[in-house]
Parts: sequence; C-alpha cells; structure tokens
Amino acid sequence: MLPLLRHARYVLSKNPVTGLAFALFALFLVAALFGPLLAPYNPLQSNSAMALRPPSAAHWFGTDQLGRDIFSRVLVATRLDLSIAFASVVLAFLLGALSGVAAGYFGGWTDRVVGRLADTIMAFPLFVLAMGIVAALGNKVTNIVIATAIINFPLYARVARAEANVRREAGFVEAARLSGNGEARVVLGHVLPNIMPIMMVQMSLTMGYAILNAAGLSFIGLGVRPPDAEWGIMVAEGANFIQSGEWWIALFPGAALMLAVFCFNLLGDGLRDLIDPRKRT
Amino acid sequence: MTAVPTLAVDDLSVEFRTRAGTVKVLERVGFQVDKGETVALVGESGSGKSVTAFAVMGILDPAGKVTSGRAMFGGADLLALSEAELAEQRGRELSMIFQNPRTALNPIRKVGRQIADVLVRHGGATRPDAPRLAVDMLKKVRIPDPERRAEAYPFELSGGMCQRIMIAIALACRPALLIADEPTTGLDVTTQAVIMDLIGELAHESGMATIFITHDLALAAEYCDRIVVMHAGHIVESAPAGTLFTMPRHPYSAKLLAATPGETASLGQLASIPGGLPDLRRPDLPACRYSSRCERRIDDCRRPLPQREVGPRHLVACWNPL
Amino acid sequence: MSALLDIAELAKRFEVAGRRLLHAVDEVTFTIGRGETVGLVGESGCGKSTLVRLINRLLDPTSGSIRLGGAELADLRARSFAANPHRARIQMVFQDAGDSLNPRYTAADAIADPIRRLKHLKGAALRQRVEALADMTGLPRELLSRFPHQLSGGQKARVGIARAIAVEPELLILDEPTAALDVSVQVLILKLLQQLKGKLGMSYLFVSHDLNVVRLLCDRVLVMYLGKIVEQGPAAEIFGDPRHPYTRALISAIPQADPARRIGRLRLGGEPRSPIDPDPSVCRFYGRCPRGEPRCAAEMPLLRSAGPARQVACHFA
Repeated sequence: MLPLLRHARYVLSKNPVTGLAFALFALFLVAALFGPLLAPYNPLQSNSAMALRPPSAAHWFGTDQLGRDIFSRVLVATRLDLSIAFASVVLAFLLGALSGVAAGYFGGWTDRVVGRLADTIMAFPLFVLAMGIVAALGNKVTNIVIATAIINFPLYARVARAEANVRREAGFVEAARLSGNGEARVVLGHVLPNIMPIMMVQMSLTMGYAILNAAGLSFIGLGVRPPDAEWGIMVAEGANFIQSGEWWIALFPGAALMLAVFCFNLLGDGLRDLIDPRKRT
Repeated sequence: MTAVPTLAVDDLSVEFRTRAGTVKVLERVGFQVDKGETVALVGESGSGKSVTAFAVMGILDPAGKVTSGRAMFGGADLLALSEAELAEQRGRELSMIFQNPRTALNPIRKVGRQIADVLVRHGGATRPDAPRLAVDMLKKVRIPDPERRAEAYPFELSGGMCQRIMIAIALACRPALLIADEPTTGLDVTTQAVIMDLIGELAHESGMATIFITHDLALAAEYCDRIVVMHAGHIVESAPAGTLFTMPRHPYSAKLLAATPGETASLGQLASIPGGLPDLRRPDLPACRYSSRCERRIDDCRRPLPQREVGPRHLVACWNPL
Repeated sequence: MSALLDIAELAKRFEVAGRRLLHAVDEVTFTIGRGETVGLVGESGCGKSTLVRLINRLLDPTSGSIRLGGAELADLRARSFAANPHRARIQMVFQDAGDSLNPRYTAADAIADPIRRLKHLKGAALRQRVEALADMTGLPRELLSRFPHQLSGGQKARVGIARAIAVEPELLILDEPTAALDVSVQVLILKLLQQLKGKLGMSYLFVSHDLNVVRLLCDRVLVMYLGKIVEQGPAAEIFGDPRHPYTRALISAIPQADPARRIGRLRLGGEPRSPIDPDPSVCRFYGRCPRGEPRCAAEMPLLRSAGPARQVACHFA
C-alpha cells in the first residue's frame, strides 16, 4: 500500500493536471453522495414568484422557469448522472470484458460469435442505436443504463480480447494449467486480474462518454423525465430560454456536464500512469 | 608494436540519473583494441559491458551521462563529437550488431533494401547500384539464394539468417571497428558457431577490429584474441584469451571460471561467487568494488585500484592478485 | 531401474494451410527411469517444445502412448487434465521464470496455487507448506509477499521451482531453467535442482540449449532433429563419442577455451528441411549432412542399437 501511495504522490507531482482531476473527482463524489443534504433549496420546489431570476447571492446559479433553484438542481443531479454513468460502465464491463476475455482466450466459435455481435453493434451510429433501444424498451432510467452498456460493449470486448490473446501464450497461463486450474479458473483467476488495470482505465474513460450519452438521451426526451433533476434535461429546458436572454438555465448544467466529462477523461489518463509504471519499480 | 590502436578508451566514467539516485555505472574504464584484433568484454549482468559499448557509440540512454574519459578513434575523441559528426562515423567507420536480430531489423522493410540503405547513406553507393551491391553483401555472409532472400522481410527469415543480415548491414561499408553486443545469445549452438566463424573471417579479411560483448567466457576464449573482464563498472583484468583461462590473476576472474559449466568435470566442482553486486548508488563505494565479496581482501585494497602488468599484455586491477 | 515414463510412437501433426501436415513430433519412443535425469537437446524447431507439451499434457497427441508409471495418459484430453488425479505427477519449471509467474500474484500466491488446486490444503496448513517450500528452495521467507517484478532473476527461478515441486511430482520437466540467469546464480540453481531430485526422489527431463549444463546434470541424453530422435545414450558417451552426424556437429560447436580439447569441427551449412509433409523415405538430415549418399534419400534410417543403452538413427553410424 505504502509504495503505491508513494508512487501516487510521485505521479501527481509530475502531473499536476492529474491532481486536478482527482480533486475534481472528489468534489463530484461528495456532490453525488451528499447532494440532497447540501442543497440550499429543495430542487423540486417550484416558486413562480422567483422564476427566471439571474444568478445572485440568494440563488448562485439563478432560477429556472418554474422558480426552482438551479444550483440545488445541478448539485442533486450529480447523483443521478453519475449513478447512471457508473451503472452503465459496470454493466458494459461485465458484458464486454467477460465475453472479450473468453473470445481472446478460447478463440474459435466463442471468438467468432463475440466478434460478430460487436460488429453488429458497431454497424449502427451508436447514439441512434441507444435511442432505438430506449424507445423500444421503454422510457425508464434502467433502460438508459442498458442502452449505454450495449453501445459500449464492443469497445470493452475488443480491448479485453486483445489483452487476453496476448496473455494466452504467457508462461503463467501454462503454469496455471499445470497447477490444476481448469479453463474457467485460468480465465477468471489468472487472465482477468491481469487485464484489470487496462480495463479500469477504459472504464474511467467511458464514464465521460456514458454521462454524455445519458444526458444526450434525456435531452431529446428519452429516459429521465421532468421534474427529475438531471443535467441533460436541464440543458434541454434551458435551451428554450437562451434566445430570450436567460442564459444561466442551460449554462450551469452544461458546465457541470463538461466538467464531469473532462474530469473522467483526465482521471483515466492519470490512472493509466499510476497503474502501468508500477511494473517498473 | 607502436601502431596506433583502432580504438583507445581511457578513463571512461558514466553515470545514470534515476529516481532512486545517481548510479555510477562505469568508473574509469580503459582498454584498447588494435587493428585486426578481437577483444571480448566479458562480465555478468550489471558489469557495465553493454553500457561501455553504448557510450562509445554515442547511443546511451538519455538518463546516462559520460562524466569523464575519452574514446580515441581515427584521431578524434568519439565522446566529444557532436551528434551529427557521430552519425557520419556510425555505419561507415564504426558499426554495431545487437542481440535479438529479428527485432533489430526494420520489420516492414525488405532486408535487401535495409542493406542498400546503409550503402547509399555511408558507402557512397548510388541508388541504382545499391541493390546489386546489397546482393553481393548477402553472398559474402553466405546466405543461400541471395537474390531471392533480398526480397524477404525479417519475419520470414530464421534467427540465424537475420543475424547474418545484421552482419551484412554492419559490414557493408567496411568499418574499421565492429562492436557486437551478445550477437549469438538465443541462437542455437550450431548457428552460433557458424556466425562466430563468419565474423572472424570477415574481420580477418579486412583487418577490422572487433569488440565482442558476452557473458559466455568459453565463447570469448575460443573466438577472441584478448579478454577484458568487467565487474560492477570496473575493468578487473585483461589478458590474452588463452592466458586468462590458464592463469587468471584476478580473484573474480578465477571465480567466474570456476562457475562456468564446461570447465569442470562435475557439478560438485562448480562454485558460485559469494556475495552480490554492490549497490552502485551509494556515495561511499570502496575503491575496489569487488573487495566486499573477496576472500583475498587486504588492507591495501582500500587504496585506489592499480593497473598491474603481470605478463605480456596482461593487466590486473588488484592489490593481491592470485 | 524401472521406467517411470514410457513414451511409445508419440506423434503430433499440425494442420497447416492447404491441408498439409506439419510433423512437429514424429513417432518418438524413449523411456525415463525412476530417479534418472534425461537431457533433451536439439536446435530450435526440432520439436522439443511440442514434445514437452505433449508429455505434460497441455497438448493432445495425434497418436502414440504416454505411460506414467503404468497409467496411460495419452487418451486423457488436455482440456480436462487439470482436474485429473494424475495432474500432480508431472510438473514443469519454465525457461523464463519471470514470464511464468503471474504478475498479479505474490510469490506466496504462486507457490500456493497448485497446492490449493491439487492437494486441497487451506489456511494454516497451506501457509506452513508454502513456507517449508521456500526454505527448501533457498528463498528467504520475507520475499514470499513480493511480486515478481520486485524479485531478482535468481529469486524468481526459486519461486518457479518451489511451485513446481509443491505437489511432489514424480516427473519434473525443466525447460531451460537457467537460460536467463547469470553464471554464478546458475551454479546455485543447478545445485539446488540436483539436491531436490535426490531428496524428493523425482526424475528429471532436462531440456536445454546449453550442452555444458546438460553434460553436468544428465544421466542420459536424447538428441532431437526435426521431430525425430536421432541419437540417444548415456551422457558421457554422447559427449565423448557422438555417432550421428548431427550430434557430432552439435558437440563440436560447443565453445571450447582449450584448443587441445576441441573436437574436429563439423560445420553445418544451410537450413533444416521443411517439417511440412516430409518425405517418409528421405532422412530428415539429408542435404545438410556432410555425408549424403543415395541411400539416405531412398530409405529413412531408423533408431538402431549401437551399443548397450545406445541408439542411433543413421545408416553409417
């Protein structure tokens, strides 16, 4: 543990941007966990008297067309957005990594089937496919998670497959078989732990994309529905007001989105630095 | 014999800056190679033999720095030349071949072209002539069916053949000095013998000097004129090949011999070398880096290392040689 | 000396493009006795690695028999052999110790793995066994919690050996176990292997390029060329009086410091013949052999007795 922390400190000192990403991530985590407790106002509470007020001391991000405090809504939306993104990423990992590793290790029909499945998914423009899936399965948050997971499946499967393929010939895989590990054990207990670092980087990088995807689907009315606070919907609602001059309704949720994606991308890069060179100790 | 040596390395010291400190990889290394001579740099891993070669060729890792010394070659100090001047020398007068021939060659370029490239860049050949000259080189390194092989890619050739290609590239411009860094490690013993014979013949033909880096003492003894033994960045002994085997004077050389299979009749007679390499990052390294492991250590060993001549061309860096 | 391992007419043919067959291992027959160390030598591409994988049951043979102490192993599928009670009887020490250790497993995990899977030990009993193995192989106990990248070459080699002997195999295959080690560390590991063999009563199949090491360690030597055994016999005889031209070339190519001890050089030119669809009536060495007569291209030489415990496959040996 200690050498890892020491190494982390070294990486962060060489790479202040990564440090920023970690700090930002911590901030988002706090917002997601404690959002509802920290919000100054009830995010669902309408107050027509206070509608369309610009940012002020009382309402840091201003109010929307129903008089709801935008800051509170942005804060509380963090939990929803992050959990959707996180759930989709985990699901994509489980589906993609497991089938990818199996395809890379066993080859043959497993490889062909997984390959064709991935190809089929990638044949579609991914966002359109996500739209289609949510529309078909029903307008629920769970379905956003499923749709996002499906469109990310090929990427995970591909990376996992490539990594498993390389490891397949490695000495330790043969040694594992000699040690009495059946094929399933070799794949799950020996190959998979070795590709975890690169999978974690992958997961962090796709978090950003998953957030955007969820926001995008909500933007066009699929998935999260009003009055739930979610960055995508808020941008959609705010878009109507830009022309009339109420810029803050769309800007702040949009900025939150941007910051989140930025944070996760940087996090992914930082994680990669942290994990890979550990082998160089 | 007062002829100018082809390469004269003098007082060479190299340091590496790492996260864990400064590693004094080489300290005051000096040796020379005469025209037509084959000198082996022998040592275990960590001895600094490859670093010596890289320093002379000017291809040290960016973390490495030459802190002292000269490498006189053709009247100029290689260590003082600029990168551009060095690049002129490399390939033409000064050549190197490496371990793992297949990875040292460009995988996406046909081997004939790779030889032709060197001929044009350094050998003064013209582009139209170069392919024909390249095939000539292939014949010289005894590759069967050279016209066809010139059109092959490295992955289509065996390890032994790739090494011959590397030799062809290295010798295309008839360099005055060839540095071979473990060129036969990983090759079968039969292929190794053929490659070593080939290098020997070509060197003999053109009077080329060769530095041969290896951890295999017996290989060095069979194919080289002189052997230079290195330990932890120091040269501990240098002697004609036969003499080193029959009369090693440095305790480390003797121990190295006693650990080499093939020199003993049974496993029981093999002896490992006690202790381990000193930590080269320490600022308080003793003058003799072998002294902490040496059973012949005496008080004098704390004094700066001598270079004692104990026979014709036989030097030992030891206060209490065997 | 009763036979521990009995290999009879073992063959492995791979299908390559165009429905042709690559004869990696071709009707190989030999035995390994209890307590014997048998060396296996041959150049790259001769089929050593394939033969090793057939014997340790990671690969299924095309035909032939592999009997271990009377039990026929060739019929058992490699895929399911991990669960077979015979699995623990044959183990292997790998060439590149670093590559053979899972980078995410500590030394203790690596050594414990086969014990957990094959001997079903757990908890304190498992830990004690791992520590005993570390002691037996000269690995300091404090290194057990380290990862492979934190260990030196010699230490990794010891972990690999500890893992291999953990389940008390009867046959241990050593695939170039000291190739990546410095000469001084090699001495220690070779002596350790010798000592363990006596202590645990194992037989060794020692595969190596380094003929000097083979000479020191092995009782008998098998020489392979292009999938076939071309010569076998006691180590002293193979090294002192090689009969097959390929063996002669091999022995004479060993670097020798003392000019007086250099055997007449036999240099091999050219490249080996193709192992794909080889002509069954042409000697595999024909074309590269310094002595090539019409008979060599008309009749495949078979392994014939050339003395007590000695066999050569050559018409003129």
